[in-house]
Amino acid sequence: MQLQPYATIGQKVWHYTFLTIAGAGLLFLILPILIVIPLSFNSTSFLSYPLSGFSFQWYEEVFHSEVWVRAIKNSMFIGSVSAFCATALGTLAAMGLTHADFRGKGAVNALLVSPMIVPIVISALGLYFFFAEIGLNATYIGLILAHTALGAPFVVITVTATLQGFDRNLMRASASLGANPLTTFFKVVLPLILPGVVSGALFAFATSFDEVVVVLFTAGPEQRTLPRQMFDGIKENITPAIMAAATLLIAFALVLLTVLEYLRRRSEKLNTPV
Amino acid sequence: MDTVSENQSAQADALAQQGDDIPLKVKLKRAERMKQFKAMALIAPLFLFTLCVFAIPIGLMLWRSIDNPEVVDYMPDTAIELENWSGEGLPGATLTNVFAKDLAAVYKMKKVSSVGKRLNYDVSGMRSLISRTARKFNRHLPENATIDDFIKADSRWEDQRYWKALKRASGSLTPFYLLTAFDKQINDQDQIVDVPENQAIYVNIFWRTMWIAGVVTLATVLIAFPIAYLLANASSKVSNLLMFCVLLPFWTSLLVRTSAWVVLLQKNGVINSSLEALGLINEPITLLFARPAVYIGFLHLLLPFVILPLFSVMKSISPAYMRAAVSLGAHPAVAFVRVYLPQTLPGIGAGGILAFILAIGYYITPALIGGPQDQMLSYFIAHHANSSLNWGLASALGLVLLAATLVLFTIYNRLTGASGVKMG
Repeated sequence: MQLQPYATIGQKVWHYTFLTIAGAGLLFLILPILIVIPLSFNSTSFLSYPLSGFSFQWYEEVFHSEVWVRAIKNSMFIGSVSAFCATALGTLAAMGLTHADFRGKGAVNALLVSPMIVPIVISALGLYFFFAEIGLNATYIGLILAHTALGAPFVVITVTATLQGFDRNLMRASASLGANPLTTFFKVVLPLILPGVVSGALFAFATSFDEVVVVLFTAGPEQRTLPRQMFDGIKENITPAIMAAATLLIAFALVLLTVLEYLRRRSEKLNTPV
Repeated sequence: MDTVSENQSAQADALAQQGDDIPLKVKLKRAERMKQFKAMALIAPLFLFTLCVFAIPIGLMLWRSIDNPEVVDYMPDTAIELENWSGEGLPGATLTNVFAKDLAAVYKMKKVSSVGKRLNYDVSGMRSLISRTARKFNRHLPENATIDDFIKADSRWEDQRYWKALKRASGSLTPFYLLTAFDKQINDQDQIVDVPENQAIYVNIFWRTMWIAGVVTLATVLIAFPIAYLLANASSKVSNLLMFCVLLPFWTSLLVRTSAWVVLLQKNGVINSSLEALGLINEPITLLFARPAVYIGFLHLLLPFVILPLFSVMKSISPAYMRAAVSLGAHPAVAFVRVYLPQTLPGIGAGGILAFILAIGYYITPALIGGPQDQMLSYFIAHHANSSLNWGLASALGLVLLAATLVLFTIYNRLTGASGVKMG
């Protein structure tokens, strides 16, 4: 990205124009997110700058309000249970997909990743009708099933990618030394593909944690999640308390991003031949 | 118990002995088959789960777009007679007789509203006609009711179009909802025609959805290109820092990003108050609930989805090609267009189609920052599912959206499958 010393004026102008456009694009991406954070510490309820003073009152409001606390708990609960189920199912399927080569594998694969592709309104509508038939609307089980289905494709994709670099001779070695398949999986395979599995689990958790349309369609007031609560807030009257919740979610995204980056580097290191 | 296990061990012995005679090739094949079987067993749980909790519900939902149970289920005899009726003039005594009986029965079952609602989709006013007639026949059912009894109950029965609408709704399947989704209807002459202009909205909404997604995709690709180029060509330290600006929004909740735009764009929001403080405007300008807000919100959501695949493609392009082209005398701009740009096309294609697929399916963002004129297919699907409760139409519109998505995804798959473009 360096300008050559012999660049013409035209090239210089082009170079700096280009840098300006790219820089403006990056600012456009990051600024709206950074703007939310200070507003959540504002001492008045006006959602504009300049700030009038510093206060934690909006965080107190979030943590003292029964609705918000329940929403956070619901999101955590539904997110972790569905991420766990999605990871278990997705990891197994990814192992099968890397080993197998049967007719119709393409179709099976397409079905497994379809929840990622189908527009979320369609999934939500289908689940709403389906859950109505079997009495799962407005239940935790319904939401967990739905979010497991939506999160599993991410696990399948990340674990499959990790398994590409996995040396299958290690499994043969383990088997030849007398380990049964289960021991081999937990003692040999899992530790090696763990970065991929954990990334997949985080993807699945984030999918559930961010999902609002299926919640809008199928959840009852008992199952309100954090995004659902925010949706109502934005729709009716946007308050600094929503900014506080948003800031918490940004912090969560930051943690997620850091962990995923760490895992990516780790699995890159593991997969590089010595 | 013993005999069973003895039996089994004998069988195993026999198999083992047999095994020695079997050629290696066959054994290998058998082992291979066993391996495939194990692999399938690993896939099976998720496969069955996705089938039951995802594919089947969506399939059942799509079925609703042609399903037409109201008349067939609640008035089965009438449905049969309607099939037999030629559709010429007013119906004869057989039909009117069973229909009157069925109406009274439906009234007792308290299903009048559901039949009336279905018929009202086709001809407005039919809900009241059905419920009024049913109520009257419930009170006093005429022996062998004729057309005159119907006209006595409500003079609208004189009009043939109500009977035609009834006949159209008598099958167990109907093209009605799908036709409505394309602004078509079947008229009283049994021809497929356009609906009256004041009712034609869905084709318009389909093109609006495509238009918004298209504009946003174009803008996203144009802005993502220089950003991805910068990321791919900066030193790794700078690139990592700048990548943060792409990844943090990518991982931040959609609701957070939408709320940020509401705060920025609303009447007393950050942008308006800053412009006012700078003396550029005297009174707040309307930014929220308008088309530009939707474009901006979408752009923000979609940029990372295009930047990441473009970045991965650009990262793999060797700078030597550009240098070679320039050293051979090409103007840098020509070299860029003829040498660099073609190599990024798989990334542009994959990122662009992905952005388009995501854009046509978004619901939350336009619902929160768009005005009534900016709502897309998803909004109307949700509206008919939750507010107007016209589930057939919601499903038909869902079918349209799903079909568009699948076509685009097939193209996307071709593009990425061939070139191996990946995210991140």
